[in-house]
Amino acid sequence: MGAAFQNDPLVLGTNPGDPLPMLEGHVSHGRFERVLKAGHFAVTTEIAPPDSADPDEVLKRASLFDGYVDAINATDGSGAHCHMSSLAVCAILTRAGYSPILQISCRDRNRIAIQGDTLGAAALGVCNALCLSGDDVGAGDHPEAKPVFDFDSVSLIRTLRILRDESRFLSGRKLDLAPKLFIGSSINPFVPPIENRVDQLAKKIQAGAEYIQSQYCFDIEILKGFMSKAVDMGLTEKAYILIGIGVLPSAKTASWMRENVPGVHIPDAIIDRLQQAKKPKKEGRDICVELMQQVKEIEGVKGVHVMAYRQEKWVGDVVKRSGVLDGRKPWQPENSIQKSLTETS
Amino acid sequence: MRHSRFMERLYNAVNPSIVGSLRLITKVFGTKLDKPITAAEAGLKGFLFDCKMCGDCALSKTGMSCPMNCPKTIRNGPCGGVRANGMCEVKPEMRCVWVAAWDGASRMKNGDEIKNIEFAVDNRDTGKSSWLKLAREEKNGDIAEVSH
Ligand code: SF4
Repeated sequence: MGAAFQNDPLVLGTNPGDPLPMLEGHVSHGRFERVLKAGHFAVTTEIAPPDSADPDEVLKRASLFDGYVDAINATDGSGAHCHMSSLAVCAILTRAGYSPILQISCRDRNRIAIQGDTLGAAALGVCNALCLSGDDVGAGDHPEAKPVFDFDSVSLIRTLRILRDESRFLSGRKLDLAPKLFIGSSINPFVPPIENRVDQLAKKIQAGAEYIQSQYCFDIEILKGFMSKAVDMGLTEKAYILIGIGVLPSAKTASWMRENVPGVHIPDAIIDRLQQAKKPKKEGRDICVELMQQVKEIEGVKGVHVMAYRQEKWVGDVVKRSGVLDGRKPWQPENSIQKSLTETS
Repeated sequence: MRHSRFMERLYNAVNPSIVGSLRLITKVFGTKLDKPITAAEAGLKGFLFDCKMCGDCALSKTGMSCPMNCPKTIRNGPCGGVRANGMCEVKPEMRCVWVAAWDGASRMKNGDEIKNIEFAVDNRDTGKSSWLKLAREEKNGDIAEVSH
């Protein structure tokens, strides 16, 4: 079914920026929803938005992933640092045919701005949105900024579902055309209160999340406990769960992340392994490959979300080596550099 | 909250009688006593729960831990940034109010209420009395009650 799925113009569309026809039972025009609903194991990744007004830089960064990922998250001022906006990155990527995921954080915008941006994103062809609380302003390079937090992620999910399903603003005012977005959120099963994280997942799904991308998983045992509860509660039938995977370049970076990046849990065993490795960078990628393979075996897991900040050029390598795509080749632009490279090699 | 069970009982015993008496008082005095009543609520709940007077009290649904003390004012928490020791991402010296909330809820009789979705607060109610709101039954649950 893999080949037919990829070559059918009805499934993948013709002009890169054109919206695909919406399939029966789907909520968006997007390819990401199609991949998940077709039962494939999905791979997503994250693009670091440039500190620049240059659209070509966005496309250059995205091309690193060509042929290996089904969707690309465009972060929304992650770590409370200023970068090009998620909305703009998504619009640029959409025009080139990619399926970006619009990350929406509650930190910088109130309900008026968020609803407006959501309509704007859908009008620009964006098909996926990810609802996040957002990092604290104190974590970033503008700690003096005013944090907004008019919503939390759960209220944000509800709001997007109301815009899409009831075709109205929160105020009740009707929309002429509802934004057809595939709506997701995040979860962090690896930090306290560990026993209640599955309840938090249930709440997000009840609010209307249709897919979930987790925080970095470096601890398979915690994940197994979390997923078995999620399966028992029937949550994996209601939302597609993708597990966050990281590429660690060294023991030093890993320790630094553990200390300084909120919500990152890395067991000592992983840090020791990096410490003892002769080639830590290679070891970090091997760990990543192994984690992806292990995660894929866990019941209820429908994909991986690879976060490789400053290691983006290795995403293709780890995905390929892990074999999680089962030989499937995700969409890539016709003129992709990666494609010509693999074809000549 | 460690004493959530006790607090819940106290709150359930005291709150309805306060709201009940206020129903009477507001009938007789109208809005004349709103200021002192609001001040009394702010004083009492501020002392007991570090209440922020959001005007939409959720204490009984959040393990008696006030969610407005969360630096991100999350009403359906916690966020993904909680520290390994259960402390807040933003204020490392404070226990995450939502770790406290889930812990408190697990000890409470009606603890399962924490599993229900709380829609974002109405910012117009900041500084207003939740007691008076209940007494006058101006429940503005129009948004929270959207069809699920
Ligand atoms: S760690 Fe807890 S208290 Fe701190 S911001 Fe997150 S949810 Fe709020």
